[in-house]
Amino acid sequence: MQQFIAYTIIGLTIGAIYALASSGLVLTYVTSGVFNIAHGAIGMISAFVYWQIRFDWGVSAPLALLIVLGVFCPLLGMFIERFVLRDLGAANEVTRLTVTVALMAGLIGAAAWIWPPDARSAFRGFFEGNVITVLGVNIGMNKIIALVSAVIVAVLLRYLLFNTRLGVQMRAVVDDRDLAELNGARPNQISSASWAMGSVLAGYAGILLAAEVQLNIIPLTLLVINAYAAAILGRLKSLLYTFVGAMVLGLLEAYLLWTSGSSWFPKSFFGFNTGGLRQAAPTIFLFICLLALPQAKLRAGMVRVAQRSREPKWSTSVLGSVVLIVGVIALTALLTRANTIFLAQCLLFALAVLSLVPLTGYSGLVSLAPLTFAGLGAVFMAKLPGNGSVLTLVAAVAIVALIGAVVALPALRLEGIYLALATGAFALLVSTLIFNQQKVFPNGSLDVPRLRFFGVDFQQPREKVIMLSVVFAAVSLMLVAIRRSGLGRQMVAMKDSPLAGAMLGMNLLKVKTVAFALSAAIASLAGALDAGKVPPDRYSLDSSLPILLLAIVGGISSIGGAFFGGVMLGTNTVMATAIPSLANIAKVTPGFIGMTLGRNVNGVSAQIGDGFRPMVEHRPSVIVAIVGPVVFWTLTTVDIVSNWQFFGLLFMWALGTIGLLPAILGGTSEMRRVLVPLTIAGLIAGFVSTTVDLPTGGRMLCLIVAATVVVQAARRKMEPNAPAAPVHSPDFAGLTTPFSARELQEVDDAIGVVP
Amino acid sequence: MSIDPILELRSVSAAHGSIEVLHNVDIQVGKGEVVALLGPNGAGKTTTIKVACGLMRPTSGSLHVAGQDVTGVPANALARVGVCTIPEGRGIFPNLSVRDNIIMAARDRAGIAVIEDRSYARFPILKERRDQLAGTLSGGQQQMLSLARGLATDPVVLMLDEMSMGLAPLVVAELYEQVTAIAESGVSVLVVEQFARTVLGVADSAVVLSHGHVRFVGPAGDLDDETLSRAYLGS
Amino acid sequence: MSALLEVRSVTQQFGGVTALARVDLTVRRGTITGLIGPNGAGKTTLFNVICGVRPPTSGSVRFDGIEINNAGVHERSAMGISRTFQRLELFWTLSVYENVLVAAELAAHPNADEVARQNLELLGIDHLADSTAGELSTGSARLLEVARALATSPKLLLLDEPASGLDEQESEQLGQLLRQLRDRGITVLVVEHDMSLVMGVCDEVYVLDLGVNIASGKPEQVRTNPEVIRAYLGAQVGES
Repeated sequence: MQQFIAYTIIGLTIGAIYALASSGLVLTYVTSGVFNIAHGAIGMISAFVYWQIRFDWGVSAPLALLIVLGVFCPLLGMFIERFVLRDLGAANEVTRLTVTVALMAGLIGAAAWIWPPDARSAFRGFFEGNVITVLGVNIGMNKIIALVSAVIVAVLLRYLLFNTRLGVQMRAVVDDRDLAELNGARPNQISSASWAMGSVLAGYAGILLAAEVQLNIIPLTLLVINAYAAAILGRLKSLLYTFVGAMVLGLLEAYLLWTSGSSWFPKSFFGFNTGGLRQAAPTIFLFICLLALPQAKLRAGMVRVAQRSREPKWSTSVLGSVVLIVGVIALTALLTRANTIFLAQCLLFALAVLSLVPLTGYSGLVSLAPLTFAGLGAVFMAKLPGNGSVLTLVAAVAIVALIGAVVALPALRLEGIYLALATGAFALLVSTLIFNQQKVFPNGSLDVPRLRFFGVDFQQPREKVIMLSVVFAAVSLMLVAIRRSGLGRQMVAMKDSPLAGAMLGMNLLKVKTVAFALSAAIASLAGALDAGKVPPDRYSLDSSLPILLLAIVGGISSIGGAFFGGVMLGTNTVMATAIPSLANIAKVTPGFIGMTLGRNVNGVSAQIGDGFRPMVEHRPSVIVAIVGPVVFWTLTTVDIVSNWQFFGLLFMWALGTIGLLPAILGGTSEMRRVLVPLTIAGLIAGFVSTTVDLPTGGRMLCLIVAATVVVQAARRKMEPNAPAAPVHSPDFAGLTTPFSARELQEVDDAIGVVP
Repeated sequence: MSIDPILELRSVSAAHGSIEVLHNVDIQVGKGEVVALLGPNGAGKTTTIKVACGLMRPTSGSLHVAGQDVTGVPANALARVGVCTIPEGRGIFPNLSVRDNIIMAARDRAGIAVIEDRSYARFPILKERRDQLAGTLSGGQQQMLSLARGLATDPVVLMLDEMSMGLAPLVVAELYEQVTAIAESGVSVLVVEQFARTVLGVADSAVVLSHGHVRFVGPAGDLDDETLSRAYLGS
Repeated sequence: MSALLEVRSVTQQFGGVTALARVDLTVRRGTITGLIGPNGAGKTTLFNVICGVRPPTSGSVRFDGIEINNAGVHERSAMGISRTFQRLELFWTLSVYENVLVAAELAAHPNADEVARQNLELLGIDHLADSTAGELSTGSARLLEVARALATSPKLLLLDEPASGLDEQESEQLGQLLRQLRDRGITVLVVEHDMSLVMGVCDEVYVLDLGVNIASGKPEQVRTNPEVIRAYLGAQVGES
C-alpha cells in the first residue's frame, strides 16, 4: 500500500510537469495555429540557461528563476513568434511544420554547442535534500513544488483565459481572427503574448524535469514531447482534458516503473528486454491518443499556389544520372581514400533524403522517421541469412517496404501535424523497443555486412562509392518514371486536393500506402548499404530531423534537391568530424537553414534549377557547359591543376557558371558586363579556396558559400524585383488592374523608352 | 440629407488576387442616415463592406471616415475609432460565452461593466443567457448579441452584412426596428441585404450593385420592384 | 425522358438546424436542371448529399434507378457522377493538361491522353495545356474544373456556381457550353446565382428557400412565380 501511494505521488509529479508543458503547447497552438514541435526544445534550453545562471554563476534560486521565466523565456517566445513564424501565414502546411522542426534542431544544436557535456555540473532541484513525509512516504521538495505549481498554473491559466480581457481576446482570436480584429483586438500582439506565455510554461517544465533527469539534451527535449500526448488527448483545444491526459500519462509511467521493478514482471520477452517498454510507455500513449482521434475529414484543397510541380524530363534525368556516375568514377580516380569515404557518406545521406521525395515531395505527407526505416534496413541486412548477398538486400528492402505500408495503415487516418507526430512516435518506439536492444545492436553496435555482387564485395571505398552512385541514379530514374506515370500524378493531385481526388474516383488509401512503402524501401537502402559497425543513434529521431530539413531546403519535390540536401548534410557531418573548431557550427546549421524557409519556400535547388532550364534549351550554352569540365580535366591530367583545385573549379562551374551561360551568351551586353566578372570571380574563388591549406570540410564550406553568393548575386541582377505577386495571371495584366511599376518597367524596356 | 458624409468610399476598386470584383464604387453615408446596399449574390456587396471596415485594401480609390482619409488603416484601428462592423454569418464568437462576446467590445477593464449593462438593457434576453455559449443561441439571438456588442461601443458608423440571412421574417422585423432606432440616435448605418424589400422600409437611400458596378443610387423610395427584380432575376 | 437522378423527401439536419426539409428533385436524362435560391437556402447541402460527402438524415437518393444512399464518394464517381466546386478545387501545382489527365486515368480510359486533350479542346482551353493550374485566371480555372469533371465521362455533371468569378461575356460562353454538353447527351444539374445564365440554359428550375422546395418548373414559370420573387426580395418589414 505504501508503495502504491509512493508511486501514485511520483506519477502525479510527472503528470504535473507534463501538464505544465502541454498546457503551454495548447496555448500557443490555439492562438497562433502553429503546432510547435520545438516546444520540448524550448523547455530544454531554458533548463540549461537556468543551470548556467543558478549553478555556474551561483545566482540565488529565486532570482535565477525570475531571470529565466521572467525575461529569457518570454523574449525567446516573442522572438520566435515575430521572426520565425509570423510571416509564415501563407506558407503551406509542410513548410509551417518544418519550420518548427528546424527550430527544434537549431535549439538542440545550440545547446550542444554552448554547453558541451564535460562542462556540465550537477543540476539540483529546488530545496534539494529536503523531503516532506506524506502518508509515510518521503517526497523531495522539487516534486512537491512541481505538483503545487501545476495546480497554481492550472488555476491561473483558467482565470486568465476566462476572466481577463486578454484571455477573452485570446479565445476570440482562435474563434474568428477577422471578427476579433473588427472588434478592435490586435491579433499579432495576442499571438506574441501567448507565445511568451507558452515559452514560460515550457521553460518551467524543463527546469523541473532537469532536476529529475539531469541535464541531457535529447532526453529533456524528448521527455517534454511526451507531453504532446496529453495535448492530443485535449484535441489541442481543451486545457481541462490536457491536464487530465497529463496526469493519466504520469500515473501510467509511475505504475509501469513500479510493476516492471517487481519480481513477477517478465524481464524479457522472446529475448527482447522489456525495460524499453517502460521508457516507451509515453510514446505508446501518444500513438494510441493519435489513433483514437476521429478520422480526419476529407480535406478541401490547399490555398491556390502558382508554384509548379514539374514532371521531370527523361532526357535531363538520364543525362543527370550518367553525369553523376561518370563524375563519381572520375572523381574517385583523383580523391584520397578519406575523401572517397566522405563522398560515400554524402551519397548515403542523399539516398535517405531521396526517400522523402515521393512521400513528402509528391504526396505531401510529412514523416519524421526517414532514418528509422534506414535503421530497419540495416537491421534486416545484418540479421537475414546470406551475409550481404543481393538476395539479402532485396529481402531486407521488401520487408521494410512492407513495414512502411503497415505503419502507414493506421497513420492514414491522420493529416498534417498529427501524421507527422505519429511518425515521430514511431521513430521513438522503434528506437527504444528495437534499436536499443542488446539482441539487435549487440554492445551498441550493429555489424552490417558489405553487399556482395557477382564476386565484387565493395571493400574498397572507391567500389562502394561507384556502387552507391549507381544505386542513387537507379532509384532516381525509378522516381522519375513514377512521377511521370499515373501514380505519380495521383500523388501530386492528392497533395493538392484530396477532396477533388476522391470525387474523381481516387482511392486515397491506396495512394498513401504506396507512398509510404516506396519511401520506406528507398530509406532502407540507405541503411542496408551503409556497411560496417553502426551505432543505434545513427537512426534515432533526432538524426532524422536534419534529413527532413535539408530535404525541404534543397527542394523536396525534385531529385536534384535531394542530391543537394544529401551533399550539404554529408559536408556538414564530415566538417564536424574533420575540423573540431567548426563542429559547433555544424550542429546548428541544419536548424538555422530550415528556419529561413519562411522566406524561400521552394528550396535552394529549385532556384538553381530555374537557372538550368533555359540553359538546356540554348545550344551554345550546352556546348560551353561541356567544354569547361573537359578543359579542367585536361589541365589536371597534365598536372597544372591539382585534384582539389579541379574539384573546386568543377563545383563552381556546375553551381555558379552553367546556370548563367544563357544570360551571358545570349543576353544584353549590359547583363554581360556584370555576369562575366561574376562567374570569373566565382571560378577564382573556387580555385583559391581549394589551394589554401584547409581541411576538407573547410574547403567545402568555402565552395558552398562562394557558389551561393554567385547564384544570389546573379539572380538579383537577372530579376530586378523578385516575384512579388504569388498569383499573377497574364490574361489580366493591365486590363482589370493598373499596370504595376514592374510591368511598366518591362514594357519600357521592351520598347526601348529611356526613363 | 446632403450633409457631409460620415463614411465615404470614393471610386473604390478592389480585387481578389488578379480578379477585380469592384469597379469604381462610390458610396456615401451621412450622419444618422441608413443606406441599403443591395444586389444579387456575387455582386460585390461583401467585398464593399470588407473595404469599408479596413479588412481589405482597395486597389484604387479611397476610404474616408468623417472626412479623414483612412485608406490602408488596419481594421482593428478603425474599430477603435468607432467603425463598427457586423460581418456576414452572425458576427459572434461561437465558442465564447455570451458575456465574453460582449466583453470583447470593452476597451479596458473599467469598460466591461458599462458595456454589459448597455447590452443587457437593449436585449434583456442576453442577460438570461449570459453564461451560455454563443454558438448555442438561436439565429435571432445571435444577431441580437452581435448588434448589442456593436452598439455598446457607441459607434459612429454601423455596418451590417446580411443580417437577415436564414432568419424568420418576424425576427428580421424586430432587428430592423432596432436599426431604425440606432440611426435616429445619430449613428450612420450601412446595411447590406440580399432581400431588398426587407430593408427598403427602413432605408433612407439605396445603392444597387451588380457585377461590381453601381447600377442605382438614390432615395430608397425611387427603387421599384421592377428595377429590383430585373437586377436579381434577370430580364 | 426517364429520370437519371431522383431525390426523394431528403431531410438534412445539423444539430437542431434543419438545412433541408423533405426536398424532392428529379433530373431527367439529357436535360439541364437548375437549382437556385437565396443564400443559405440549402443548395450546397443538397449537392453534398447527392455526391455522398454527407449522408442525409432521412430520405433517399436514386441514381440511374439504383438507390445510392450508402455509396461512398469515389463509388459514386465510378457510377458516373462528377462535379465541380464552388470554391475551386484544382490540382494547383500540376499543369492544366495533367489536371485533366489524372481524371481520365482515374476513369480508366484506355486512351487517357486523347480524352484529356479532347476535353481541353471542348472547353476551349487547349492553348493553356502547359500552364500551371495555379496561374490561371478564375474564368479559365472554372473551365478547367468542368473539363476535369468531364474527363471521367460522367452521366451526370454537377456544377456548383460555375459562373461565379466570371464576367458577363464569360458566363455567356459558359451557357453555350452547357447547351453543347446537353447536345452530347450529358445531363447537367447546376447551382447558380447568375440568373441570366440559369434562365437562359435550363430546361427546368428548382427553387429552394430555407431548406424547402418552394417552386419548380420551366424558367419562365419560376421567374414570375410570386413565391420565388418573395423569396428573393424578402418580405416587407411588418408584412408577415
